[in-house]
Amino acid sequence: MIELKNVTKVFEGKPAVVNVSTTFLEGRTNLIIGRSGSGKTVLLKCILGLHDVDSGQVLYDGRNLTDMKSEERKLLRRELGMVFQGGALFDSLTVEQNVRFPLDMFTTMSAREKLDRVNFCLEHVNITDANRLFPSEISGGMQKRVAIARAIALNPKYLFCDEPNSGLDPETATLIDELIQTLTREFQMTTIINTHDMNSVIEIGESVLFLHNGEKCWEGSKHTILNSGNPILEDFIFANKLYAQMKKAQDRPSS
Amino acid sequence: MNILFHIGRYFWLLRKIFARPEKHKMYVRQLFYEIEALGIDSIGIVVMISLFIGGILTIQLAYNLVNPLYPTYLIGLGTRDTLILEFSSTMLGLIMAGKIGSNITSEIGSMKVTEQIDSLEIMGVNSASYLILPKIIAVVFIFPFLVVLSIFFGLLGGLLVGPAVGVVSVNEYLDGIRYLFVPYYVTFSLIKSLFFGFLVSSVPAYFGYFVQGGALEVGKASTRAVVNTNILILLFDLILTRMLLT
Repeated sequence: MIELKNVTKVFEGKPAVVNVSTTFLEGRTNLIIGRSGSGKTVLLKCILGLHDVDSGQVLYDGRNLTDMKSEERKLLRRELGMVFQGGALFDSLTVEQNVRFPLDMFTTMSAREKLDRVNFCLEHVNITDANRLFPSEISGGMQKRVAIARAIALNPKYLFCDEPNSGLDPETATLIDELIQTLTREFQMTTIINTHDMNSVIEIGESVLFLHNGEKCWEGSKHTILNSGNPILEDFIFANKLYAQMKKAQDRPSS
Repeated sequence: MNILFHIGRYFWLLRKIFARPEKHKMYVRQLFYEIEALGIDSIGIVVMISLFIGGILTIQLAYNLVNPLYPTYLIGLGTRDTLILEFSSTMLGLIMAGKIGSNITSEIGSMKVTEQIDSLEIMGVNSASYLILPKIIAVVFIFPFLVVLSIFFGLLGGLLVGPAVGVVSVNEYLDGIRYLFVPYYVTFSLIKSLFFGFLVSSVPAYFGYFVQGGALEVGKASTRAVVNTNILILLFDLILTRMLLT
């Protein structure tokens, strides 16, 4: 379980994340949503330890990340998988080498076992016959799926995704959302996704944290978000005309 | 203050680079790749430049040694000492700062702006050590070989061009390059090459590792890396020459 206690991060006097406390549900898909510049990515990087928090605690099963020494952090990071916005695949390595990289680095598996694991992960993200291709030779959607395969290669306890379906067409974006949710259930991971895509929220948001100007503004799930009664959240959701029309239809008295 | 900040951060990065590797096998694999990418692939340009410079030096020395009292074999001697003492280590360092240095900055800088470095860190890999240490070892290891290669092909350039344009005979040139040979000059040149190899790999890596922004900033960082590496090479050339030759 990941727990945040009063996490605050300030950049050059400007607060990016202010006093955020929450608990991310174990074995579920947890979403952090908010407008661009609301502090989502900073909060995610604080949880990952890529940014040191100015105050507060980030607890992984009760272990405080902010108090950990470098070696302890390294060990913790082997429990984490991360899918970056652009995929962040290594350009100089093939698809197979990218997925194999964490196995090469941190396991003593034989070459055969590694290949089996790579193929297992690639099959789980529906990629076949692309082992020898380089990231530049595959589509954006495939790059995201390879990034997911690499992230699950070491069977992580926690999966983090930074805007996993940005830049993708709606169909591929939905596929990626479904894939993440399926993998979360199958591998019993705690998944934290950073997004501003309302389709993802409605699709896979088992737990949703809404940030506004770096502060926690609302917390709930996909079942309660459309009727939150929070004016700031409603402004965010119903900026999308489709959702505004849905809301209007829902509120219209039935004749 | 700015320069102190950069010096401090450079040494902080060096400390991170020379930390204990996670898995030696991966680093060794990377080292062989870097020796090929940064060293072996540079042999062509080193040979080409050295051949031309050797030939040009021979012609220029012949042009300056017009006094009939000067023996012609001095042309070979002058070419040899210029190549060993300065060209094959310092000039090669400056040229390699452009070729290898900009390559290192743009490679690491691109990895930084596309979050590949963050990706390594999240996995628990010491990104600075994994990416930079093999480059430093590869360049420091290969640089003395490139210097020896440069001396050889520089002398060969003089041997080909001098007699061809009629400023010195083959025998006089060969006499000249053997006359009053001081082996310590080669040692001096090789010592310098170790320092320059370290600068050519570590300084551009520093500029790449801390780049922020996008492709434009990576380009600017490459330029800054080459300029700063060149200045540091000349500074160290001055210091080492003062320490080791006088």
